[in-house]
Amino acid sequence: MDEMDTRRRNPEESPGSPEIAGKQSPSGEEKQAAIKINELWKIYAANDIDLDVEDEDLIKSLDESEESVVAVRDVSLEVNPGEVFIIMGLSGSGKSTLIRCLLRLVEPSNGQVVINGYDVTAMNKKELTEFRRHQVAMVFQHYGLLPHKSVVENVAFGLKLQGVPKEERRKRAMEALKTVGLEKWANYYPTSLSGGMRQRVGIARALVVESPVLLMDEPFSGLDPLIRREMQDELVRLQEEMHKTIFFVTHDLDEAMRLGDRMAVMRSGSIVQIGKPAEIFANPADDYVARFVQDKRDGIRKADEQMEKFAQARAQSEKVVD
Amino acid sequence: MFPSAWEYHIAPQINDAVRWLLQEYGAAFDKFSNGLLKLLLSIQGMLQFVPWWGYVLIIAVLSWVAVKKIVPVVVLSLMPVIIGVFGLWGLAVETLAIVITSVVLALVIGIPLGILMAEVKIFDMIFRPILDAMQTMPSFVYLIPAMMLFGLGKVPAIIATLIYAAPPVMRLTSLGIQLVPKPAQEAARAYGATRWQLLTEVRIPLAMPSILAGVNQTTMMALAMVVIASMIGARGLGQEVLLAINRIDVGRGFEAGLGIVIMAIVIDRITQGMAKKWDPQKRA
Ligand SMILES: Nc1ncnc2c1ncn2[C@@H]1O[C@H](COP(=O)(O)OP(=O)(O)O)[C@@H](O)[C@H]1O
Ligand SMILES: [Mg+2]
Repeated sequence: MDEMDTRRRNPEESPGSPEIAGKQSPSGEEKQAAIKINELWKIYAANDIDLDVEDEDLIKSLDESEESVVAVRDVSLEVNPGEVFIIMGLSGSGKSTLIRCLLRLVEPSNGQVVINGYDVTAMNKKELTEFRRHQVAMVFQHYGLLPHKSVVENVAFGLKLQGVPKEERRKRAMEALKTVGLEKWANYYPTSLSGGMRQRVGIARALVVESPVLLMDEPFSGLDPLIRREMQDELVRLQEEMHKTIFFVTHDLDEAMRLGDRMAVMRSGSIVQIGKPAEIFANPADDYVARFVQDKRDGIRKADEQMEKFAQARAQSEKVVD
Repeated sequence: MFPSAWEYHIAPQINDAVRWLLQEYGAAFDKFSNGLLKLLLSIQGMLQFVPWWGYVLIIAVLSWVAVKKIVPVVVLSLMPVIIGVFGLWGLAVETLAIVITSVVLALVIGIPLGILMAEVKIFDMIFRPILDAMQTMPSFVYLIPAMMLFGLGKVPAIIATLIYAAPPVMRLTSLGIQLVPKPAQEAARAYGATRWQLLTEVRIPLAMPSILAGVNQTTMMALAMVVIASMIGARGLGQEVLLAINRIDVGRGFEAGLGIVIMAIVIDRITQGMAKKWDPQKRA
């Protein structure tokens, strides 16, 4: 449905324009996964495409080699339409690689990615470009804004690539800026904005293309805690209206629990546990997951202790005043 | 002493080869030569049309745009007056015409080649060693092939100057593009930029400060070369220096030298200021 909407909104996209190949007929399947990842591998090595991943000895030698990294290891998962799906894991566990494989910013070594029925891994260059323009939008940890373009031009960038005429894209970019509360900053350059504001620009840029899928790679990790919290709340608010499929990478369990409908925990390239955040919090599958959970429990306990101390101190001071 | 029996000359063969080349392709060389001369003369005509105070005004405006400080602007715009006072105005305009012609051509050729070097690996592999070799060669050497093919006069001077001056802008264009931050490029690709869009929307604009630094260097190299090229008939201020040296006329040489230095300073300040202004990081 969503994808039909985006297509119609784009005046450049006449019915005669090349259809994206590999589109599997959605008819019949009542509940199709929005993102489907099948046995996906990414191995950073000199020559990594079409490696025989079945060959266990080869994988082992690549693992041990200094030159190669197995960053994504046989990952399979499905994300439902309208779901916020979290990928959590320590730094270096392969989260960024995985999310980049979804739109082939990183070329997978093996396996399949299907997004809203489009077989991304089977696309040629042209189809991939079309796919990136209309089907997905990405938000980056380091914002990835263009320093030589003003805020509104940055937001309109995706529309410019799509070929939307200038007037219209400016209008739509201004609307998107309004949703993130930055319409007053439209004509400033990104360098004069704070980190939180820059990421709002990044989010506006992702929203304006009206893609059904939103990919976010640690979008709030670089922000200080108060701002991060604010941005998380804002994302929740936006998602209530948008109902996009969001694939969200974080290393912060707190963030995962606040935003995620479901989550997967990643460790050195593999998925070690998938489930609802509360389930994972209650039943960590192994020590690795338990460590995340423990950190959070410690955090909560510390906060509780702080609150208690604070309450005591207050009780004390009130007594003194009396 | 080197044994004279071992002496062997290739000069006759080279002369023959050049003669043959000019005989076979003489028409093409003439055509090219005439075209270049026409371009030079029209640029020179424009430059001569501008009165001396016109230059003062133009420099004032350009340096104001570039530097935005009163004192440098006043100093820079009064500098050409010194050239006039020494009676070198006409020669300076001639020199400027050759510099502008060669720089325009060097940029028209050098910037696209620099972009190609950054975009296509094989071009980088071909041009990088050539540029390295060119950098180590003394500027004098460039006079010889130009003179071989085009004889004496302004055309070979332009050719030698443009070949000598093109490398910096090529190199800095390619380097600037290769150093464009990865996150910005990745974002552009994620939103569906084609290779061409990536180049024109992200890579070239973000490489602009580096490209303009290259333009500045190329201009300065051209000015240096055009003085040397007076040996093969570029005329202008360089010829004045050359004459002064031949006649051991120290004072006259000093005046002409000062004229060249003034041109260098004015051109350098203006192009550098423009380059700095362009830097997107400094925009607010
Ligand atoms: N371009 C690359 N070339 C080689 N190795 C890489 C590259 N990008 C990431 N890696 C390696 O792959 C592993 C996973 O990295 P990444 O996906 O960035 O993890 P995360 O986002 O979870 O921190 C790391 O060991 C990292 O060093
Ligand atoms: Mg990462």
